Amino acid sequence: MSRTTAARGEPAPGESWQRAMDSGELLLVAAVGMLVVAAVAQTAAAGLVQPRIALAFGALISLGEVLRLSLEGGRESAPIGSAGAFAYAVVLTVGGKPALQPALQVIAVVAAGMVLGALPHLAAGRPAGLAGMASRLIGVAVAAALFRPLSTIVAITRPSDWGLALAVMAVVLVAGWLAECLIGALISADALRARFGVALRDEMRVQLPLGAAVAATAILIAFAADLMGLVALGVFIAPLLVTQMAFRRYAGIRATYLETVRALARVTEVGGYVEDGHARRVGRLAVVVGRELGMSEPELLELEYAALMHDIGQLSLRDPIPGGATVLASREQQRRIAELGAGVIDQAGVLDKVAEIVRYQSRPWRGQEREPPVGSRIIRAANAFDDLVGASADPSRTMAALEWLRLDTSTEYDPQVVEALAKVAGRRHRRR
Amino acid sequence: MVTGTGHRPRGERTSKLPPGAWLYVAAVVAAALAAVAQALGADPDLDGPVGRSWTVAVLVLLFLICDSAPTTLTYRQSAWSPSSSVTLAAVVLVGPAGALVVGATSLFSVRRGLGRTQRVFIASMYGLSAWAAGQVYLALGGTVGPPGHSSFPGIIGPFAVAAVVHVLINHGLLWGMMMLAPPAEPGQPGEALRRHLPMLVLSDLGYATLGLLIAALWSVGGAFAAILVLVPLFVARWAIGQFAAQERAYASTMAALCQAVETKDWYTRGHSERVSRGSAMIAREVGMRGRRVDAIRYAGMLHDVGKLGVPTTVLQKNGALTEEELAAIQLHPMRGLAIVSEIGFLDEALAGIMHHHERMDGSGYPMGLAGDEIPEFARVIAVADAFDAMTSNRSYRGARSIEEAVADLRKWSGTQFDPALVDAFVAALRREGWEQPRAAAAGQPPDGMAVPDHDDPAAPLRVDSK
Repeated sequence: MSRTTAARGEPAPGESWQRAMDSGELLLVAAVGMLVVAAVAQTAAAGLVQPRIALAFGALISLGEVLRLSLEGGRESAPIGSAGAFAYAVVLTVGGKPALQPALQVIAVVAAGMVLGALPHLAAGRPAGLAGMASRLIGVAVAAALFRPLSTIVAITRPSDWGLALAVMAVVLVAGWLAECLIGALISADALRARFGVALRDEMRVQLPLGAAVAATAILIAFAADLMGLVALGVFIAPLLVTQMAFRRYAGIRATYLETVRALARVTEVGGYVEDGHARRVGRLAVVVGRELGMSEPELLELEYAALMHDIGQLSLRDPIPGGATVLASREQQRRIAELGAGVIDQAGVLDKVAEIVRYQSRPWRGQEREPPVGSRIIRAANAFDDLVGASADPSRTMAALEWLRLDTSTEYDPQVVEALAKVAGRRHRRR
Repeated sequence: MVTGTGHRPRGERTSKLPPGAWLYVAAVVAAALAAVAQALGADPDLDGPVGRSWTVAVLVLLFLICDSAPTTLTYRQSAWSPSSSVTLAAVVLVGPAGALVVGATSLFSVRRGLGRTQRVFIASMYGLSAWAAGQVYLALGGTVGPPGHSSFPGIIGPFAVAAVVHVLINHGLLWGMMMLAPPAEPGQPGEALRRHLPMLVLSDLGYATLGLLIAALWSVGGAFAAILVLVPLFVARWAIGQFAAQERAYASTMAALCQAVETKDWYTRGHSERVSRGSAMIAREVGMRGRRVDAIRYAGMLHDVGKLGVPTTVLQKNGALTEEELAAIQLHPMRGLAIVSEIGFLDEALAGIMHHHERMDGSGYPMGLAGDEIPEFARVIAVADAFDAMTSNRSYRGARSIEEAVADLRKWSGTQFDPALVDAFVAALRREGWEQPRAAAAGQPPDGMAVPDHDDPAAPLRVDSK
């Protein structure tokens, strides 16, 4: 249950905001790699305890890794593999006999299963997803390290005391899940320059539903294995597969949705209303600025939709504004375009907040009866910036545009937004 | 399990069920009552497993929790709930009669908007499928009662067959209802349900296996273990709900954006939606399914999006066009292609958008393809496109009747349109009908202007030869 940063934040052509794997991810993979080497060495030296059980769980984990799942924001998850791994960490008895694997063996078996499961992905030319596997493994390692030493305490292995065992398992699994979210948030805060608190909340929000299903399934496997033996693993694949299928379709339609809005936002370009690539550039810039200002992922998604469609109101004009740049249009006209655009988006009936952001984009940030939403203020600045700079990469033009925006911060543009924009633009030039 | 919902478009009432559907409901209820009678006959004093009142009560409670929170599917008249896992657990724990009782309590589940007839039908359907699954389970040698160490793996075979029977009867009975009492929504009855059927059947089968788990854990943790089982159920329910919500949001956003595009042209108000509907009618009629129908629906919706690249002055010009202006109009399919080419899912749809003005005799644009060279999607959209243009009001003529427009389609069938697709469209038209735009539609040019419509085959664009 983690994600690959490469897929997140939209790899933008021609802009190297991110590299394939950044330093945080490398550090994580290296640290987990050392842990795995130690675990494998120890297990090899001591000999594999109960190899049949290890093999069954390892196979389930491999299968789960083959059936990885993309979640929103480019995250990656392997619910079936995670459920198998967590179950192996907390299983007490299999077919009535105690399960005796030590924590290091759990880590070694889970790692082996994951690596095997990653091979088909490599063969198909997809990324191996090392960082994702590493953070999933950390979650399991935390759970195993906490639970395995306890598993010999008689109090929780007696079937009559299943209530206590259940409570301990739940606490341990929550700890493992939190560790995983923490790692995920650290990586995304590092890679996307998101604020850590915001990144952690986003991570926990996205991982909560599947995490709950995985934890509940792991506990169920652990209990059912007492009665059913290893058959419990087989029986449990089916329901989790269904959950996974539902999530896959959900992720698919989300992606198509964004893709379609992106494509259709181009109608203003093809119609000659705005410059080529304007909607997309404003969309990307607005998202980066919004993240700089500490907006969460759902807010960023709304912001992106609004930014992509911010000029859609121009379609209702009989003829394009000369040059298409609304920054130089009269205030009345700007307001009309914004109203018309918001009207179009209102029609959809499901994007109320997006419509509101578009509606208020034409308003100056001060001197209003109510302050425009932060999204509107960001789009207002990003739109002006792009109207002035366009696709140009010329630093002097960027500086001039920023200067122009700064001059108007008393009424027109929110100074906080302009400063965030300046920071982001500066970063872009340094990375070039 | 799938069920009906109380959703009734256009204020219809369930009491207006067609007679065939009444008979059907009566038959299903009678079968369920027969099952009750059989169960009572076999165990008149309730000494059997169904008499384990505590177990039955907990199962009923679990069932009601699951059944009271169904997810509405994209298709608004059906809903899905993970309750099949509880009825199947009941099959193992308390036998067919107990499962029948559990399923039938659906009568009391907390769901708004369900009519009395619907409740009775759904309860009978659930009870019947649970009872049948229980009979199959017994016949294959399954034993009733909480399973122990010795029950595995022997119990798996009978249970799996029982689960399949349960799912098939549930879906079959509901499907029959959909066929007999078609919902008042556009499209063929049950079409959307059919589209989602594979996913639903798989979901149900997956969750059916949880029924075995509930039964197996009964001896260990009792009701508490069953509550744990509910967690993945509700997560799946949540994800399916999110998916359906996103799909609906997607469709309506697409429609709104298309409407925005239409504001440029007098004639296109509602045109995209109607062409989309017409194209889907033809597609289903010629046997396309699932994703292809979806794709052609979107292609129909977006077919004229490229008109944005045509200057408004040309689109709204009064009278004949110059050569350049005609060329600008004829470029719109290519412009449309440029816009939608980045939407990954529409592969065949792209060809449909690009070639929707080709003619069978090769005199169309932009490529002048003829006959089978024209992609199938484009031939489908061409028919629906022309038909809608002819049946809409134009400033140079009133809207034609459906009969006249059909006659015109037939007249140009072979030269402009694919005859097989025209036949398919007419057949679908006879069955499903067509909603013509209202006469006083908003998008009309001012009086006295004769703005040509590029889609109207009866009034080809005139070029000013001067």
